[in-house]
Amino acid sequence: MSAVFIHGLGAVSPAGWGVAALRGALEKNLPLPVQMCERPGWEKKLPVRPVPPSPARLDFLAHPRLRRAGTMAQHILAAALEALGPDVIPVQTGTLRLGIIVCTLAGGVAYSRRFYGEVLQEPSTAGPLIFSETVFNAPASHLAAYLNSSATNYTLVGDDGSFLQGLALAAQWLESGRAEGCVVVGAEELDWIIADAARLFRRSTIYAGGAGALYLKKSPGAPAVLSAITDSFPIIQSQNRAAATRRVRTQLGPGAPDELLCDSAAHPSPAPDWPGPQWSPRAILGESFAAAAAWQCVLACDALREPRYPAACVTVVGAYQQAIGARFVRPPGEISL
Amino acid sequence: MAITGAGILTALGNGWQTNAAGFRAGTTAFRPVSLFDVSRQRAKIAAEIDLPADLPATRLTANQLRRLNRAARMLLLAAHEAWRQSGWQPDEPLPVVLGTTGGEMSLGQDYLRQALHTPNDFKRQATRAAYYQVQRPALLLCDAFDFQGPLTVISNACASGANAIGHAFETVRHGHARRVLTGGYDALCQLTFAGFDSLQALAPTPCRPFDAQRHGLTLGEGAAVLTLETLADAKKRGAEILGEIIGYGAATDTHHLTQPHPEGRAARAAMQAACADAGITPEQVDYINAHGTATPQNDAAESAAINGWAGARACRLPVSSTKAGIGHLLGAAGAVEAVVCLMALRGQWLPPQTSLATPDPVCQFPLVRQPVDAKVGITLSNSFGFGGANASLIFRRWS
Repeated sequence: MSAVFIHGLGAVSPAGWGVAALRGALEKNLPLPVQMCERPGWEKKLPVRPVPPSPARLDFLAHPRLRRAGTMAQHILAAALEALGPDVIPVQTGTLRLGIIVCTLAGGVAYSRRFYGEVLQEPSTAGPLIFSETVFNAPASHLAAYLNSSATNYTLVGDDGSFLQGLALAAQWLESGRAEGCVVVGAEELDWIIADAARLFRRSTIYAGGAGALYLKKSPGAPAVLSAITDSFPIIQSQNRAAATRRVRTQLGPGAPDELLCDSAAHPSPAPDWPGPQWSPRAILGESFAAAAAWQCVLACDALREPRYPAACVTVVGAYQQAIGARFVRPPGEISL
Repeated sequence: MAITGAGILTALGNGWQTNAAGFRAGTTAFRPVSLFDVSRQRAKIAAEIDLPADLPATRLTANQLRRLNRAARMLLLAAHEAWRQSGWQPDEPLPVVLGTTGGEMSLGQDYLRQALHTPNDFKRQATRAAYYQVQRPALLLCDAFDFQGPLTVISNACASGANAIGHAFETVRHGHARRVLTGGYDALCQLTFAGFDSLQALAPTPCRPFDAQRHGLTLGEGAAVLTLETLADAKKRGAEILGEIIGYGAATDTHHLTQPHPEGRAARAAMQAACADAGITPEQVDYINAHGTATPQNDAAESAAINGWAGARACRLPVSSTKAGIGHLLGAAGAVEAVVCLMALRGQWLPPQTSLATPDPVCQFPLVRQPVDAKVGITLSNSFGFGGANASLIFRRWS
């Protein structure tokens, strides 16, 4: 893979709106408080970590396309626009061909749940405007519409690792010339139905909503470089979770005492063979599949602003599809954020 | 890029031979929906598949076999046909790139129904939650035939299958893999049926793409899978080459979430990009398998796009929409229609829309209405979807 530079980061998380809020939560190193979410038919409620209300009015909501957009689309736009920074303008004016890749496991599940609920009640009057928003690629389409971008736009659906697959795809697009810049967003929506389902597999799961974004370009002058993405190792009969994880670690290399490892563990469980510092952001933020993987990458890239971390690795062992990893390094010349 | 295997399952039947006969004759396969209750819907027909009772021999465990649902069975059948035809062995990593819109959505429906109606009953809920995910059928496919992956699932609405094949094509072409198994799958489900019905996009009678009196689409279901490899590899191992994929173009229509720009700007851009990618001009294209859903908006926009893109060639360029026979397969449509293009190239015939009564005058191109033999060297397939996803693929006859 030839050099791909990370030109911007964006995040909307239970810690708040923006990368600074995400960074702040990690620095405090305390699990964020939970809120209780109503679950129909239950007296007790589900513990979740929602995104707090935006502190400022979201200007992009004035766009006609976003009138009915759900929270997932709003989070995706906010994260993507933060990552794109001043490059929003050349994209909107058609002078920068931007590839868009949105990665998710559950997609806009709130609208799907609501629409099918209406179908169960009375199919002949179920809301057509809701149905349109249930397709997986609706949020990516809204982002393209807001940016006036007609370039290639994919929605990848898969477990947590799909975000890293999205980064690899972005690198492929940049290398082939399909896009001049590429924004990759990982996002999940908080809804009782998904919080309910997640707890069937691990009772202690605190589900969270939000999005994270990386903006990639070939041109230098960025604070971080995507130096490697490992192969995606599927978790299948012939390769269990542990074997897939080992292969990721083998491809990432042994690490170094000053190299950060940002893993996908729900609870801190330091890898004994990693010589450097280790972070487990999900222990603080909660479980959010593709969004959580995106936050890992955002935090890893953000950490490179600290001179003590010249490199940062991310490992993602997904819900049940794949294990995959990435390595980010500070570019030559010590450009600071 | 060589295509050395193709598998297909539609309402016309299971496998290349049955489907080729059906597409060549312009057979239609619509019937009343039996999979779920449509008594309160405006439309009541679809192109349902009669799934074969038996599956090919696989490495799936008894538990996995018991949990195979409709979409996964379709995918398995199509993939098995393609894989067996390719002659590939599962002895090295095999990237799998698939497109779908809903995966096993019917399991998601069951999950929600039980969660709402009997909220304290968790029986089978974990299995439903795990198996409704769109990537699960693809993982089962890997287990079934010992494919080592990696696995990528693209969900770009009704362009998903075409985007998946296009992405697989680029993956091999740019040297990221030497071979890829790719395609699309989607099964009928109540949520999607009710959704299109709520939009009044479903026709109460079988769809008639590009007809002046068209009144909407008809849903179908199915799967199609291709095996792609470098031409050099295919030749080296003496594989039978079914055809080549030579171009891929994609563009995003930002006009509206569910409606195309009236002039089909992104559709035209996708066709132009695919042609540029293939290094050909519209003059060299012998047949277009149109997206042709039979909604008033889609067919008008696609016609405008083809007219504009083809220019003087339009009046001599045969076009048809095979959705007239098997309905709209959503995430599987692009993959199934890619296989139809291969069939036309192999068999030297064009698939007709026999139910077309009065061609819409906006179509400057000849619509294929009767079974016809033809010299077919290059075909183009269009796939467009909600969210403005537009994709075009170009195939060439191998001789």
